[in-house]
Amino acid sequence: MDALVKAAKAEGKLTVIALPPDWANYGAVISGFKAKYNIDITSLNPNGSSQDEVNAFDGTSRAPDVVDVGQAVALANTAKFAPYQVKEWSDIPGGAKESTGLWFNDYGGYMGIGYDSTKVPAITSVQDLLGSAFKSKVALAGDPTKSNQGLNGVIMASVANGGSLDDVSKGVDFFKQLKQKGNYVPVVGTAATVKSGQTPVLFEWDYLSASHGKDVPTWKIFVPSNAVIGGYYSQAINKQAPHPAAARLWEEYLYSDEGQNLWLKGGARPVRQAAMTASGTVDKTAAAALPAVPGTPQVPSGDQTSKASQYVVANWSAAVA
Amino acid sequence: MSRRRIRLQALRIAIFALAAAFFLVPIGAMFEFSTRGIGVASPRTLSAWAAIPSTPELATAITVSLELALITSLLMLGLLLPTMVWVRLRLPRLNRIVEFICLMPLTVPAIALVVGIKPLYIWISLNFTDSILTLSFAYLILVLPYAYRSLDAGLAAIDLKTLTEAARSLGAGWGTVMLRVVVPNMPAAILNASLLSASLVLGEYTFANLLNYENLQVAIQYVSLVSAGTSIAVAVASLLFAFVLLMILSFAGSRRRRGGRVVPAETPIAPVATVPPSLLAEGS
Amino acid sequence: MTAAGNPAFNAAARPLGGGRRLPLTWLGVVPFFIYVGIFLLLPTAIILAGSLIGPDGSISLSNFEGINKPYMYKSFTNSIEISTISAVLGAIFGALLAYAVATGDPKGFLRRSVMSAAGVVAQFGGVTLTFAFVATIGTEGFVYLWLQQHGIEMYPNGVWFFDLPGLTLIYLYFQIPLMVLVFIPALDGIRPQWREATESLGGNAWHYWRYVAGPLLFPSFLGCTLLLFANAFSAYATAAALLTQGGVIAPLQVQALLTSETGSSAPGLAKALALAMVAVVLVVMSLYALLQRRTSQWLR
Repeated sequence: MDALVKAAKAEGKLTVIALPPDWANYGAVISGFKAKYNIDITSLNPNGSSQDEVNAFDGTSRAPDVVDVGQAVALANTAKFAPYQVKEWSDIPGGAKESTGLWFNDYGGYMGIGYDSTKVPAITSVQDLLGSAFKSKVALAGDPTKSNQGLNGVIMASVANGGSLDDVSKGVDFFKQLKQKGNYVPVVGTAATVKSGQTPVLFEWDYLSASHGKDVPTWKIFVPSNAVIGGYYSQAINKQAPHPAAARLWEEYLYSDEGQNLWLKGGARPVRQAAMTASGTVDKTAAAALPAVPGTPQVPSGDQTSKASQYVVANWSAAVA
Repeated sequence: MSRRRIRLQALRIAIFALAAAFFLVPIGAMFEFSTRGIGVASPRTLSAWAAIPSTPELATAITVSLELALITSLLMLGLLLPTMVWVRLRLPRLNRIVEFICLMPLTVPAIALVVGIKPLYIWISLNFTDSILTLSFAYLILVLPYAYRSLDAGLAAIDLKTLTEAARSLGAGWGTVMLRVVVPNMPAAILNASLLSASLVLGEYTFANLLNYENLQVAIQYVSLVSAGTSIAVAVASLLFAFVLLMILSFAGSRRRRGGRVVPAETPIAPVATVPPSLLAEGS
Repeated sequence: MTAAGNPAFNAAARPLGGGRRLPLTWLGVVPFFIYVGIFLLLPTAIILAGSLIGPDGSISLSNFEGINKPYMYKSFTNSIEISTISAVLGAIFGALLAYAVATGDPKGFLRRSVMSAAGVVAQFGGVTLTFAFVATIGTEGFVYLWLQQHGIEMYPNGVWFFDLPGLTLIYLYFQIPLMVLVFIPALDGIRPQWREATESLGGNAWHYWRYVAGPLLFPSFLGCTLLLFANAFSAYATAAALLTQGGVIAPLQVQALLTSETGSSAPGLAKALALAMVAVVLVVMSLYALLQRRTSQWLR
């Protein structure tokens, strides 16, 4: 580990990509790493999608060293990654990592519906959204035909309306109904649209929803008990990383107690949370602040996500446009 | 005659009033939002604005973008203008081809063009230099349609053939002809072309972002993710910055006009207008 | 007139008997064509090559067949619709605004500030422009609410703002300034003698515009409209922020196919789509180039 730190400091730089500062508290993670190891971090394309991250592997010295991608992109691009196993490798559950270390989950959350409790009544089920109190208020945080988050929102709606991880059609139908009733707002939900009241009801990962609390103190998050859709993101190291030692040191930092707790503070569920709770190193206040998981989580597999995506790409415009 | 003038003035005022309403109201809405506090009844605050200068990357990004703007403008004047002059004087058959090539960048959407240009930039990065200033070659392509239009209007307004022949018959070399005859006779067109190059470069996002460089717009994206208010504040700030810059440049242009050597072609055709800056920035 | 008496004529070659003139004259344009060849034609060729490679890596036209789907066609027709409407409306309003500016003092402060503002606003777009409009006339926008309080309901039959009409309105925000900037040189070319000539022949304002200035300005006006069309056609950032309804317009389809993170990314198809877009705009651009030829004849 000391040798790694020395090598990383000799490199002096790290390039990351698609890490918005308000996403799972990445702002603090980045500054924490910078402060601890005195290594400069260049943060590219903060609004990029997972596909953008892998597309940026161009073999130059400006390419990103590490990526944080959705599952579909991780599975499809293992040829571009270098295997690495962090110190706490055994703490990561078997299903949450690729066996040789090409990718490994970092944090996750559940798809929730965030809402401003002063603007709409409390939400107790997904079907509530079809009510007249929600006119022109419901939005997604991304276009489901290209965004992982958007797609999972539709999957969650599908499961809550009688569909399943294999059948996303009920979700598309649900949004079609929302649109017909005039409740659907097609604007992409962002911090600004939430604060301004343009999107008072937003389908979003619960940890991202949590960050709106600082703009809208009355913001609440609802996760339906019959549709707890979990989504994990994965870390991977660029095979042609311009700063390989710094990349590995970054991974070590992310999976250290410090890194994992920072994500926990951001409202995400770090992958080592169970192990850290057992060993007592978890940040108890942050853990307690997480919304309770109301049911059994379901996580769509790569195949299920692909199939759902194909259906959505073919049918979404017709449903909500 | 004076009745006509009064009607004209009334029409102008009506048009400007409508235009002001349409264009300034949304910006006003942005400014209003960027000064909101947290919660419904909280007082106005400038904290979103205060967050802007505290980002170190922004200062570097502004400098780099201004450098890019300068280099792109110089490249444009050094490559495009002599070529256009040469084509007009010696190779008029190529006129249509050059015009078509200069209009081509508008036909390919920026997101697709950057995919095509990326392999080239990878090659440049690996074999020459990593510097962000190499972006100016790509930016010149984006600027071509508008620079061409502006310079073309300027060249059409002066009698290029007579001027150059007169200069050459007095013994001037081509360098002198370009620098001391052509350029001083089309100051407005050159200024317009430079203005639009500058604003295109300052507003460009897609190329820099997808080629992993950090220019002004990319840095602004990052700053805008700090908070909701800052994202809008920084957009308004960059609009104001660009506006001030363009105003300064437009004043610089008018002073140069008095320094012409040959009798300037101050006919009503002489283009006084600025020409559109990047719209491809829209596509970013 | 001997050759010796005219050293001005192409000092690099004999002025008569052209044999050596051609190669050296062409040298003058070589730098430009090399540059354009590398940075414009080569990338276009790369896009073309990429579009001919099928998903399994072999050379095929399957990507072009991939365009043959109803939702793809719809996105093209939507694009053409929005581009045409925003181009025509932008051209009309932009021409009016340009006229108001051109009839003022050419060196005045008003002209300078409107031009600089137009320069800035013509490139304004994307997420923040969408936000500004939603904050103004969205369902929580203050103009909408104000009108509602005064009895005027902007959206009696559903919120058209979040459909193509709304997007077209937002596009006008940068189309109008663009029109002002491209069209003003034509208005500057209007000579006062035309007006005087019309009046001396007994015509009034209507005759002037209908028979003199109108026809002379029309080719340029149409050319600028076509430029606006191309501009709107390839714009996507604003639509991407406003519409989460999938690839409603063609550039959004291209973007989705290049950056989709849900497993639907298909770069070959994206390139084929981009080429299809180029084909549409090329047709438009050829018309435009033709009209530009006509304009220059009249205003010389």
